[in-house]
Amino acid sequence: MGVSILAIIYIIAAVTFIMGLKMMSNPASARKGNMIAGVGMVAAILGTIFLYRNPDGGLLQNHIWIFAAIAVGTIIGVMAAKKVKMTAMPEMVSLFNGLGGASATLISVIEFNHLADQGFPVEASSAGTMAIIFAGVILGNITFSGSIVAWGKLSGKFKDFAFKGQHIINLLLLGASIALAVFITSDLQSDTTTMLFYVVFMLSLVYGIFFVLPIGGADMPVVISLLNSLSGLSAACSGFLYDNKVVFTGGILVGAAGTILTVLMCKAMNRSLVNVLIGSFGGGGKSAAADGEQGQYKEISLNDAAVVMSYANKVLIVPGYGLAVAQAQHTCHELEKLLEVKGVQVKYAIHPVAGRMPGHMNVLLAEADVSYDKLLEMEEANDEFPTTDVVLILGANDVVNPAAKTDPGSPIYGMPILDVELAKNVIVNKRSMKPGYAGIENGLFYRPKTSMLFGDAKKVLQDLCGEIKSL
Amino acid sequence: MESVFHWISANEQMVYILILVIFLGFIIISRVPTVLHTPLMSHANAISGVVIMGAIIVMGRAASDNYVALILGFLAVLLGTINVVGGFVVTDRMLEMFKKKK
Repeated sequence: MGVSILAIIYIIAAVTFIMGLKMMSNPASARKGNMIAGVGMVAAILGTIFLYRNPDGGLLQNHIWIFAAIAVGTIIGVMAAKKVKMTAMPEMVSLFNGLGGASATLISVIEFNHLADQGFPVEASSAGTMAIIFAGVILGNITFSGSIVAWGKLSGKFKDFAFKGQHIINLLLLGASIALAVFITSDLQSDTTTMLFYVVFMLSLVYGIFFVLPIGGADMPVVISLLNSLSGLSAACSGFLYDNKVVFTGGILVGAAGTILTVLMCKAMNRSLVNVLIGSFGGGGKSAAADGEQGQYKEISLNDAAVVMSYANKVLIVPGYGLAVAQAQHTCHELEKLLEVKGVQVKYAIHPVAGRMPGHMNVLLAEADVSYDKLLEMEEANDEFPTTDVVLILGANDVVNPAAKTDPGSPIYGMPILDVELAKNVIVNKRSMKPGYAGIENGLFYRPKTSMLFGDAKKVLQDLCGEIKSL
Repeated sequence: MESVFHWISANEQMVYILILVIFLGFIIISRVPTVLHTPLMSHANAISGVVIMGAIIVMGRAASDNYVALILGFLAVLLGTINVVGGFVVTDRMLEMFKKKK
């Protein structure tokens, strides 16, 4: 009886996961979807603890240990999730992701030890099972160490690090892990099996570190999506191992979600995944813009900027990572409200790879209470620029760089950009004239339509608000 | 080659699930608007915490004197729980902010 009930709980849980993801397609239903999937998850976890039966028919033991772990994990999880600032969301998501990967690895390690203790019985340790165990270890470890490095880089604890020939070493590490896994599986009775298993363990751990370390900030959305996908696949391995269909389904769903996001992010940068991972951004081709004479840029005073924006019909704001760094999202919303009082239509133009993770800007602006129907995707925004009077660029750079369209030598050539030049005026807020990520010069700053407004985004926006109020 | 075929037929159900869920996942997820990409990711992240059930099973099976398995299992359940609970709570926090203003 218990087993049948468990099967039904699992089926319902799998359905809640699918519904949860489906309800994510609309901001109005998304929150409910998240809760439904959460309830499904809790039901499946409780069902597993109390109703799961081992192949020999016994119930699970060690309830005290299990509940202790769940209690501690719940407290840590809730506290971390409640405390984190919205600007620190990319690192939080990476960290949680890494922990899931570590969990999957540990399961594979325990299962391997379990089989090793029994001397690898032929029926229980088929090549298929061993392959799944190794996949669990390798994927789980890459997810874990990769996510931890991503977390460190996003929170500014680790610096980018690359050395000559790193790609070759990375390939060797991954290749060696897989080759060793195959080798071990071919002769499980050998004395070195256990030792080599831990060599694979270490190699994949190191690979995860080396694979994320050299990747630059602007490429982080791709890597985070990819790691998300890998965590799903490592979970699916555990599901396969225990013939647990809900774990398997959940894992594969996440794998699919991560894969789609990875592809979308790559498309938004017009780069292939391999190119991002190998990551020699702007390697060979000398950009004409980088060498060419840039000419003069002009500055605009706060007062002039306030006047231009107050008397415009339509203002589009282009946020970038600089807005997140300055934590200026609330001030930005204040500016939006002030302008609207003056009868100006204000919207936001959001590039898919603005920020450090998919949808980063949307979350930031949502935190500041900006209505989501004011957030335009790239295509919509590009349709609106010709009828826009003022574009205000806040801490964005590469996503508005015209070199992506005009300069075949530029490393970002071919990347779809926000066509801000179609608008009548462009005001760029930056801290200084220093080029952005990867040191690509931005010709936009020197165009006649463009005026520069230097300073920290938050400070400048506050001052702008003050000026507009006093007009 | 034969062993691969054998393995597939022995795991026929799982292979079916694999293929169907990949298609299903691609279809439902590609309809998620960019506005919600971050919550989608963190929601998916929370779901990938399903791995915790594997951890619970491993732990529940461990002999009560097998301390290596108990400690590793404890860690696996702990980390999995942080992933699941943290993931759902943080997603909820984000989605709470996505409101349509009048």
